[in-house]
Amino acid sequence: MEEGKVVSQSVQESAAAYSIIQERFGDAVSAFNANETMPFLEVVDTDRWVEIALFMRDHAKLKFNYMACLTGVDYPADEKVGIICNFESLALLNHKIAVKLKCVRKNGSLPSVACVWHTANWHEREAYDLFGITFTGHPEMKRILCPDDWEGYPLLKDYKVQEKYHGIKVPY
Amino acid sequence: MGLLDAAITRHNVLVTSVDNVLNWARLSSLWPMGFGLACCAIEMMATNASNYDLERFGIFPRSSPRQSDLMIVAGTVTMKMAERVIRLYEQMPEPRYVLSMGSCSNCGGPYWEHGYHVLKGVDRVIPVDVYVPGCPPRPEALIGGLMKVQELIRMEQIGISRADALKKLAEKALDPKFIVERERKAAFA
Repeated sequence: MEEGKVVSQSVQESAAAYSIIQERFGDAVSAFNANETMPFLEVVDTDRWVEIALFMRDHAKLKFNYMACLTGVDYPADEKVGIICNFESLALLNHKIAVKLKCVRKNGSLPSVACVWHTANWHEREAYDLFGITFTGHPEMKRILCPDDWEGYPLLKDYKVQEKYHGIKVPY
Repeated sequence: MGLLDAAITRHNVLVTSVDNVLNWARLSSLWPMGFGLACCAIEMMATNASNYDLERFGIFPRSSPRQSDLMIVAGTVTMKMAERVIRLYEQMPEPRYVLSMGSCSNCGGPYWEHGYHVLKGVDRVIPVDVYVPGCPPRPEALIGGLMKVQELIRMEQIGISRADALKKLAEKALDPKFIVERERKAAFA
């Protein structure tokens, strides 16, 4: 955070939460980004994501008991895909933070946190369905919206729709 | 011009053709299959409800394809749903009619380009008799489409194919402009 910059109350709370995580995990997480609408941190060492998630959920001063959203993102310029998870501490501490994770674009994988927040179960399946990110340790890693035998991952920037599906023409 | 509108004399004896009786019976009790896919289904339900009251046409939804004469494809047909639509269509007894309601089932609608998951027109999987444009169509438009199905049934004869009946319907089609003008004049007169 830059000195002298006016930061809102909620971002200050997020920064405080971040410093607790950073203190425990050090280099595994990136620097804090005090984005006014979505203050976030990035998990650099993605292998420790489950550990960090459990810490965020259970630590007395964090208590992120609610995963509000899990979004998939495509970064074609960096040859990466990633997810953004929004966390809140509902009815307990009322602070929020977002966590970003990235992995390689082709056959990339990230650890699953479906065991930490049940919300992540279907959301990770959706990220797999549309971006092709495999979540290791997920109880049921298969497509959720598209048919099981669909080809490709539709929300990737370079996605081309298949010509036929079960003999039915797909493009207009 | 229904069968019962003709004046009946001679002790309720009515002379007409078999075609006429069969067609009259079928078009006066069109039973659509009660299934909706998206927002058009809400409009279809509104048409079934008391304000527009489809039951005055003898139209009321059945919950089984085996009891239905008409399939109203009301809404976005996804690739996943397309296969189910085919199966439901195949379960309907003949003669069966299909009314495609709204832009999505006509041609893909707003999903025509980037909707990878949407079937671009239900006529790619089942034969459609009547298309109702709109997004979604108003109940009046749906009723118009249903009356078109009734007109199609009126064109049918024993021994002629559906394609011929559709051709006859196209030939006999009235110019709506003329009717609109006539109604407008009558309203202002």
